[in-house]
Amino acid sequence: MNGPPMTKWTFRLLALTLAMTACDKKAETASGTAGGETTVKIGQISPLTGPQAHLGKDNDNGARLAIDEINAAGVLLGGKKVKFVLVSQDDIADPRTATVVAQKLVDQRVAGVIGHLNSGTSIPASKIYLDAGIPQISPSATAIAYTAQGFKTAFRVMTNDRQQGKVLGEYAVKNMGAKRIAIIDDRTAYGQGLADEVDKAVKASGGEVIAREFTTDRSTDFLAILTSIKSKMPDLVFFGGMDAQGAPMVKQLQSLGLKAKFLGGDGVQTAEFLKLAGNNAEGVTASSPGLPIDSMPGGKEFRQKFTDRFGTIQTYAPYAYDAVNVMVDAMKQADSAEPARYLAELPRIQRAGVTGNISFDEKGDIRGGAITLYQVKGGKWEVQETVMGDADPKK
Amino acid sequence: MDILTQQLINGLVLGSIYALVALGYTMVYGILELINFAHGEVTMFGAMICLAVIGAIVSSGAEVNGLLIVSLGLLAAMAVCGALGFLIERVAYRPLRRAPRLAALITAIGMSIVLQNAAMLIWGKQYITFPPLLPLARYDIGGAVITNLQIFIVLLSCLLMAGLLLLIRHTRLGRAMRATAQAQDIAGLMGINVNTIISITFVIGAALAAVAGVMVSAYYGLAHYFMGFMLGLKAFTAAVLGGIGNIAGAMLGGLLLGLIESFGAGYIGALTGGFLGSHYQDVFAFFVLILVLVIRPSGLLGERVVERA
Repeated sequence: MNGPPMTKWTFRLLALTLAMTACDKKAETASGTAGGETTVKIGQISPLTGPQAHLGKDNDNGARLAIDEINAAGVLLGGKKVKFVLVSQDDIADPRTATVVAQKLVDQRVAGVIGHLNSGTSIPASKIYLDAGIPQISPSATAIAYTAQGFKTAFRVMTNDRQQGKVLGEYAVKNMGAKRIAIIDDRTAYGQGLADEVDKAVKASGGEVIAREFTTDRSTDFLAILTSIKSKMPDLVFFGGMDAQGAPMVKQLQSLGLKAKFLGGDGVQTAEFLKLAGNNAEGVTASSPGLPIDSMPGGKEFRQKFTDRFGTIQTYAPYAYDAVNVMVDAMKQADSAEPARYLAELPRIQRAGVTGNISFDEKGDIRGGAITLYQVKGGKWEVQETVMGDADPKK
Repeated sequence: MDILTQQLINGLVLGSIYALVALGYTMVYGILELINFAHGEVTMFGAMICLAVIGAIVSSGAEVNGLLIVSLGLLAAMAVCGALGFLIERVAYRPLRRAPRLAALITAIGMSIVLQNAAMLIWGKQYITFPPLLPLARYDIGGAVITNLQIFIVLLSCLLMAGLLLLIRHTRLGRAMRATAQAQDIAGLMGINVNTIISITFVIGAALAAVAGVMVSAYYGLAHYFMGFMLGLKAFTAAVLGGIGNIAGAMLGGLLLGLIESFGAGYIGALTGGFLGSHYQDVFAFFVLILVLVIRPSGLLGERVVERA
């Protein structure tokens, strides 16, 4: 049916495709043991595009810093020199995309995964890692549900929302003197989970939740919900969500002449929030799991190294850095990068990380994480108080 | 009562922004019967260019009045977006004018992706903030609050829309545009340069989109390479709601959509006893779209029922 020129083209295309596949194959096998050293791939998944790209890139940079340092120091596993390679994927903070890219990493035979950034993405992806037997350490997922599934491959180096929400709710009532509290969340696993915990803690501390309103993690217009909240005259508005929503929300809150205080979780306690909210940020209070970066055992040194290479730290970069180190520690203890072998070592890891001492409980949660409360004063996050989490979280 | 007024204000401001963007969809559809899905991205470019110009002036340290800086940014955004609109039509749509309709539609979606990624490469993935250059004043109307920026947005939108209506109904250019929309080939035979008219339509639509983009970024204080997508979809919904291809319809559709969203988000929780929450705000837009398509496919002010592949 095709004329001769067409056939020729088809052949050329076919030849080209074959040649490319051949190259691919070669690259694939070569990645095993190139030049006497073994290559081990570690996956990193976070939103690298979309509204949370700044946070995703922050995690990616934190992990990259750790990988480069580990490679520079040199690691021997099973008597062979190992070179670690970071394979980053973009989940655009979307739960469905997260499972697709998670499967992609599994297919690429990564030894472990650092991620995801969000709770909403970490949870669905964790099933894929469980089935593949690949350990996953999330630097920043805080939703209780993440480790409550009982997956032996799921770990995190971040304090969970049960602890954070409890502290936030009590702080709102006891320290900030709020009686009538409005709660808004972005309906993500993180935002909703945190808001639910705050709701409980507020009621337990004798405060009243006068409104529960909802938004999404892509919205910028909150005037409608803030207007309906305003009519109920709150003393304080709590927002469970991220900085990209928190900043315009604070702005709109003030433009409506609503005089309530604003409280947020770790999604709001970022450098980006200060930039986005500008003058409106003044007086906003937010919590962050863990210690303030300057109080972290290795905080100052980490900040120096990080800013020299990548610029401002958003929030979670030190946690991504620690997560990589914990994973490699486990590999060293097992003397293998084989997921099945070093997975057994992860629950026994003890590491003095940049963010503090890291060890996991039987659920894969970090033991004794701290929660710090910050307030914006003069355009900066100032530490108000650090509350130590339960050394042995009751589950 | 004050809540009602406040939601009305919120909705009007949102609606007038939607209306401006919707005009671009409807004008292009009226003439080419093409849904220009890249239009939302043009809006985003408007915001980005305005912010880039503002940033450049501010960082140059020149002692200029804030209002003047923003006006300069707005004019620059309109000019660049006008050129961008011209370019999009020339490069992406004109070669496909006689091609099957589906090809043009897919090109439009492709163009939208290209523009979005171009913006990501040029301005990065970070949110860009709108510097606090404009003096902010708040007025109290019976318990509801309205800011000078909100008043300005509504007034400017109305002015631009009135201007556009005048242009289309009472000028030679407008008559040529209407003629081209009715029958391209005949208009050509009557001595109208169809290509020029189509280009002008794109330029006007894009310049209006630029204004809307600047309004959105000033209103919410942020711009982002992603912002055009949802805005574009909403404006498209508004255009369909009013009757796509109908200029007055786009304006009505935009305002209605803004009000529906605002009241919807404000009252749905109470109306459904908490069964549906305010996060369904975005769903309203598309729910309305579906309703309109089912009940009145030609839109509120649409005269002809469109039947095309």
